[in-house]
Amino acid sequence: MDLMKVAEESFKTGVEIPEFGAGDTISVHYKIKEGNKERVQVFRGTVIQIKGSGNNKRFTVRKISNNVGIERIFPMNSPFIDKIEVNRKGKVRRKRIYYLRQLTGKKARIKEKRV
Amino acid sequence: MTSVFSAEGKNIPCTVIEAGPCIVTQVKSNETDGYEAVQLAFDEKREKSTTNPMKGHFKKAGTTPKAKLVELKDFEQELKLGDVLTVDIFDEDTFVDITGISKGKGFQGVVKRHGFGGVGDQTHGQHNRLRAPGSLGGSSFPSRVFKGMRMAGRTGGDRVKVENLRVIKVIPENNLLMVKGSVPGPKGSYLIIEK
Repeated sequence: MDLMKVAEESFKTGVEIPEFGAGDTISVHYKIKEGNKERVQVFRGTVIQIKGSGNNKRFTVRKISNNVGIERIFPMNSPFIDKIEVNRKGKVRRKRIYYLRQLTGKKARIKEKRV
Repeated sequence: MTSVFSAEGKNIPCTVIEAGPCIVTQVKSNETDGYEAVQLAFDEKREKSTTNPMKGHFKKAGTTPKAKLVELKDFEQELKLGDVLTVDIFDEDTFVDITGISKGKGFQGVVKRHGFGGVGDQTHGQHNRLRAPGSLGGSSFPSRVFKGMRMAGRTGGDRVKVENLRVIKVIPENNLLMVKGSVPGPKGSYLIIEK
């Protein structure tokens, strides 16, 4: 199984991904191709879950845009990820904070973790 | 199996294979054997569990005992006894054929083994024959079962060849070959890779 890791690592994009977990607010800088042009779009929201392992690892980011909740799943090793910033560490008790989907407004706030 | 992202950002399913180093342990020729072939050896084996005749065979080629021996015909390059073949002979973005022994499935019915449809309905008076093969030989004609009639039995464990698998990457340091898609057999089994 050691050789599997060697093979997977040879495909790493070299983008350093900071440590983050559920409840944290992050900005994902995502490369988007439009015809021949390439631009970077920033998706900022709360991490709801981190799923999978190895090359298959992916995370879901939720944000509210125009009063509509939007969730987006990003593969951790995607070559389109330019950069990930951790803006705020959140204090939550669970690994998967699905309860956030039912909450709106002031109730949907997450306390900040003091380091 | 695993999956990797290509440069275009597509997620490609792929299999990681340790290909080599293979050592030529015998070269068969028309004069001595009546046909042309090359015997290749792969994977280390304990000296203790090797028989004396085999020890002599490996000593001739100047190698340690190996676990798997395979004879192959029609090599494009000339090989001599004791030559070492590594993964370098494969190039990226070319196609290979891979042969292996498929996973054993045990005694299986005709639906899994031959892809029969089974009986169509679960209801309408039908009862306990959902995955049955149906009629085998008729009653008046032909009044017998034809030879080769597809029936239930041992499934899997056959020699299977998968053709035209794309080589995604070659890693010479670890002798690794990555191909797109799946290959026959369980994890850790032996495969024959042909260009």
